[in-house]
Amino acid sequence: MTTAEVGRPRLRKEDSHFITGRSKFTDNIVLPGMLHLAMVRSPFAHARITSVDVSAAKSSPGVVAVLTGSDVAAEQGGLPNVWPITAEQKAPSHPAIAVDEVAFAGEVVACIIARSAAAARDAVELVDVSYDELPVVLDLEEAATDRVLAHTDLESNKSATWVFDSGEAGTGKPVSEALADAEVLIERTFHQQRLIPAFMEPRSTVVDPTGEQITVWSATQIPHILRLLLALTLSIPESKVRVIAPDVGGGFGGKLQVTPEEAITVLAARHTGKPCKYTETRSESLMAAHHGRAQVQKLRLSATKEGIVTGLDVRLLADMGAYLGLVSSGIPILGAFMYNAIYKFPAYRFECTNVFTNKAWTDAYRGAGRPEATFAIERLMDELAVELGMDPLEVRRKNWITHEEFPFATVAGLEYDSGNYEAATAKALELFDYEGLRAEQARRREAKDPVQLGIGISTFTEMCGLAPSRVLGALKYAAGGWEHAQVRVLPTGNIEVVTGTSAHGQGHETAWSQLVADKLGVPFENVEVLHGDTQISQRGLDTYGSRSLTVGGMAVLAAADKVIEKAKVIAAHLMEASEEDIEFADGKFGVRGTDQSTSLSEIAWATFSAHSLPDGFEPNLDSEATFDPQNFSFPHGTHLAAMEVDTETGRATIRKYVCVDDVGVVVNPLIVEGQVHGGLTQGIAQALYEEAVHDDAGTLVTGSFVDYLVPSAPDLPHYTTARTETPSTTNQLGAKGVGEAGTIASTPAIVNGVLDAVRHLGVKDIKMPCSPSRVWAALEEAKMSGGVQ
Amino acid sequence: MASSKTITVEVDDVSHTDDVEPRLLLVQYLRERLGKTGTLIGCDTTNCGACTVHLDGTSVKSCTMFAVQADGHSVTTIEGLARDGKLAPLQQAFHECHALQCGFCTPGMIMQSASLLQENPHPSEQEIRDGLEGNLCRCTGYQNIVAAVQAAADGTMASDNGATETAGVA
Ligand code: FES
Ligand code: FES
Repeated sequence: MTTAEVGRPRLRKEDSHFITGRSKFTDNIVLPGMLHLAMVRSPFAHARITSVDVSAAKSSPGVVAVLTGSDVAAEQGGLPNVWPITAEQKAPSHPAIAVDEVAFAGEVVACIIARSAAAARDAVELVDVSYDELPVVLDLEEAATDRVLAHTDLESNKSATWVFDSGEAGTGKPVSEALADAEVLIERTFHQQRLIPAFMEPRSTVVDPTGEQITVWSATQIPHILRLLLALTLSIPESKVRVIAPDVGGGFGGKLQVTPEEAITVLAARHTGKPCKYTETRSESLMAAHHGRAQVQKLRLSATKEGIVTGLDVRLLADMGAYLGLVSSGIPILGAFMYNAIYKFPAYRFECTNVFTNKAWTDAYRGAGRPEATFAIERLMDELAVELGMDPLEVRRKNWITHEEFPFATVAGLEYDSGNYEAATAKALELFDYEGLRAEQARRREAKDPVQLGIGISTFTEMCGLAPSRVLGALKYAAGGWEHAQVRVLPTGNIEVVTGTSAHGQGHETAWSQLVADKLGVPFENVEVLHGDTQISQRGLDTYGSRSLTVGGMAVLAAADKVIEKAKVIAAHLMEASEEDIEFADGKFGVRGTDQSTSLSEIAWATFSAHSLPDGFEPNLDSEATFDPQNFSFPHGTHLAAMEVDTETGRATIRKYVCVDDVGVVVNPLIVEGQVHGGLTQGIAQALYEEAVHDDAGTLVTGSFVDYLVPSAPDLPHYTTARTETPSTTNQLGAKGVGEAGTIASTPAIVNGVLDAVRHLGVKDIKMPCSPSRVWAALEEAKMSGGVQ
Repeated sequence: MASSKTITVEVDDVSHTDDVEPRLLLVQYLRERLGKTGTLIGCDTTNCGACTVHLDGTSVKSCTMFAVQADGHSVTTIEGLARDGKLAPLQQAFHECHALQCGFCTPGMIMQSASLLQENPHPSEQEIRDGLEGNLCRCTGYQNIVAAVQAAADGTMASDNGATETAGVA
């Protein structure tokens, strides 16, 4: 191929309308006669609802109707959890509008439907709800004791316990033996604070019930799944529901949900027979859209005196919040496969208990289970190095899977297809000036410089490309992990690609165009990519878990392959040659050994006119494919952070950040780089800035962007990024996925760096986020206990 | 109905006279009354900057002002930034530097950056970062946004290559 598109830093097709302000976010949609919704939300984290009086609200100017829990319960079953991780899993019922009891502050208790958004909001104040306050349970470990119940109708706060044991699974030895024989034992407890995905576009839904179908526009990552589940929970045939995800302003897992608000908007539209819109405010979003992380990790790692790890035991408590969202219960389980990371552990055990508390429910957030796992192991590897007085890199080298050992069956039961941890690490060290910074660190320690330097390391892998359907089945997830695509060759030879993946900033239109342009030998500009509308893209499982390219992209390629096969049949017919003699290259179908050839557009026209086609040939040049991956893909990388910690103020700043990611074959380096930057920022935010904080009554204290510290430009450094390329061997392209890499790797790199800067002053650990006050307090505590030399 | 007031505002070079409620925010007026949906709302606390527009040439967060306060003034939104069918340098630079992903923060970022460059035509990286402090982006990690502002300041975009066509304004 003369000008390969794959690997080319193509500027994005999708930019045009965003930079000119012609975007189609859901809140921009206006329909004739449209009504507006506003939600009445519980101020209490746990209370019995004794009465809901909507009479004053109903007679407020502009109000058309008010919906309460009982109105909704008649028509809609509970909101779905599609991942019952064990047969015994317990879950409270989850109505879209609370009926008898509210279980977190911000839960919807009534919905106003009015002629304007302002009128709807005015009437919110007029709904009179009487509550009997109930005791709240907020702390995860406290909740696990069941002393206070988050739901009065459940006997326990524990939803389910899930265990993986390498001894039992036959993937390794029993961990009990490893721990008993440990020469060195590292025991730690880490806290994964509660985070808020904080996509920039607040959630918004518009529902038009006025046709034969109900059309739902929503700021969602999952139009196909949403359609199916709205149909199931509302008892409407799927064919009567069309879901459109127009421009969607970020997701990060936070829009991977079937929300109460979406269900309520559908019901409101059905009740009134008019188009209805609900757009949440930012405060509502922070309070009531799902949160992420929120785990306590109890860890024991055994090793030899030489630093060879012999076993890892993980016990988790995972905070589900008040309800099980769509995949809430499975999120910690995704992490189960990643605690051994890039290392050759001989023994491993994982046990997680999912626990209810009176807070907004948790679910997928960028990396979903894998950042938590990677954080734990990368912190432990540093702790082991400290214990043994070794360089943290040395400890990693002694334990990691070497390039020659792939494919490698891990103790957690995965098969890593490919990887080269040595190469990525070598490149990162070179870019970082590891030796130079270590020397500077020593100088600053020596000089008792108030600003100390620390170096944080994180080597990581993750599993992308969710997922082989059989694996999801084995994990009790309700659906599969395949993806669907169509490639349609139009009469002129232009191409339409329809994908089941649903982009919200990842640049699918550009990347998929590049894939198809190469495959079919047509110009990039001649390819149009359609997605995010269940009427156009009829089948799909949407976008999350870095599955778009490695699963969705492969479906596109498979469909394009089928187009080529079909075109060969027609080419042979048109040129009166035998099919076996047709060769396809650079968009031309030639007859082997002759100079005869025909182009894709000529064949396209021939199928369109259909004047002369082989007998029985269906006159079209379209195809479709459904791709189910055989395995996950395993991107990896090495991240290095130089952290400056001001010991007088506790402020930690990033002096230098270098990361080398290996995401296999790259379609568009610009897009990959952008994903890495964004991912790093979210991971750094967990390490240094963000935390959802509640007061003792369960009210979210960080309920606005004033308190929930999403970092802005001056909070962050310039990143140095680079790549190595070890192709995945489990897909046609060799791609691995990149969406979550930066987030997964950066949190431990930063925290390891902060600790490395102050460990010699007696600081042993700092809870995230390592804010100035936390770091300062840790330094003071170390001083008190005589840690300062 | 709260008493309304008549205002006259020039928005993207077109004069509009409307009756508005005093509590109507400028951003709501732009979006709901004038259909200027390029200006977006990301928060209710004046923190995110998604709603940034120019008022008489200076950037303001349009969720922080009432529409009545814009009476007699001129407003430029992202939709009025391109001139004569050509993208403004910053629009071009955002495209070329891949300074947007989901695109939600983008109009506000571009409007804020334009005003930043007006005050300081040759900012350093740190000055750009500081100048964008009031605009949040969850997707890009800011690095490419900073690069875009720098490219627009230095005039180092490849403006006339295929990129312009891709991003062409109809
Ligand atoms: S909407 Fe105006 S600053 Fe967020
Ligand atoms: S591009 Fe998505 S918020 Fe900035």
